[in-house]
Amino acid sequence: MLINFKVNGEARSLEVFPMARLLDVLREQLQLTGTKEGCGEGECGACTVIIDGQIVNSCLVPVAQVNGCEITTIEGVAGANELHAVQQAFIEHGGAQCGICTPGMVLAAVDLLNRNPEPTEDDIRNGLAGNLCRCTGYMKIFESVVRAYRK
Amino acid sequence: MRAFVPSYQLTTPASLADALALLESEPGVWKPFAGGTDLMVLLEAGKLTHHNYINIWGLNELRGIEATDTHITLGALTTYTDVQSNPILRREFPMLCQAASETGGLAIQNRGTLGGNIINASPAADSPPALLAYDAEIELISARGSRWLPYQGFHTGYKQMHIDADELLARIRLPRNTAGLTHYYRKVGTRKAQAISKVCFAAVGSTEQGRIKDTRIVVGSVAPIVIRCAQTEDALRGQEPERAMIESACATLSHEISPIDDIRSTANYRLQVAKNLLVDFLTTLRN
Repeated sequence: MLINFKVNGEARSLEVFPMARLLDVLREQLQLTGTKEGCGEGECGACTVIIDGQIVNSCLVPVAQVNGCEITTIEGVAGANELHAVQQAFIEHGGAQCGICTPGMVLAAVDLLNRNPEPTEDDIRNGLAGNLCRCTGYMKIFESVVRAYRK
Repeated sequence: MRAFVPSYQLTTPASLADALALLESEPGVWKPFAGGTDLMVLLEAGKLTHHNYINIWGLNELRGIEATDTHITLGALTTYTDVQSNPILRREFPMLCQAASETGGLAIQNRGTLGGNIINASPAADSPPALLAYDAEIELISARGSRWLPYQGFHTGYKQMHIDADELLARIRLPRNTAGLTHYYRKVGTRKAQAISKVCFAAVGSTEQGRIKDTRIVVGSVAPIVIRCAQTEDALRGQEPERAMIESACATLSHEISPIDDIRSTANYRLQVAKNLLVDFLTTLRN
């Protein structure tokens, strides 16, 4: 089938199998390899992207369901000349270790701050509850999000 | 092994009428596909045995939450995020909101639907215990028409339910009669977020002059279906929730449920937790 959608602000038109995972289409057809695959079953959040203003696990979305949608991946988070405040904070405060969970963590944090510019500690924990880090770096990630919104 | 993606059909109908016409024209060939949070897991694992799906995600006829004086009606595509942000549900049906907030993380809650949770028919699903405790009714529609039925009794065995091949779950309706009830919902899993239940317990109840007036008790992950514990409810009705009565109710409960050992837990643990949660509910009700 042919689908039309916007990825990071750019209109794209692709021939796809309708049940293909959005994750695979992004990585393999659009070469947007910033979106990572972790578990492939909606447990880890490494493949998080934003569809029409809501975070989703792109491994659980068949591409037929994003026809006409606007998608933001990690490649679309930074501005033309500077990083997003969340990305900058992750760098400055050690929020990234091996990097596999980082794109999903950053997108979940960006989404949280879009919805709730002054989150409480609980809000941050809930907002990132679906994103697992196996380098055990949660405190640094948490601190990075706090620093990002205080900026 | 991973699934061979080209062998799957996922067709997007232009309208609800088109979806129902397709279901009717080839009964059993097509199944609905909603948020995908269960089916896509099976796909990736190579365990999605059915191959032809109708993409109902975009059908706005199946969305929305509407309230009258007596009922609140939820479209089958109501997501867990939609549930949590509805003020009437938060005020009058807190267990459903809690179930929604404890199902997966936010990315799952944005995509998973109440209708999908019912039709996927997992005995470990988190919203059905709350829906059953609130006496939900469900509407099944087809090209032939529509019928409402009590959700209680809809599931008849593991992944078995009273739905015809041409029918689609369209809406879920809850009676607004929860004023004055104690609501008690506990999901016990391995982790606070993002875990599948070992035991899920939802109950409402009220007391009059120290005696249990009415109660509805539902437990998930302890039987082939999410189970309404009618015998335990009968044993408790009209009784004072004191120690001997609570012990006797626990004995009734342990005969009524049939937990098993599986990858997430053991039968013994589930049985003990179910009894502990009943004690906790009755203690909460008494106080």
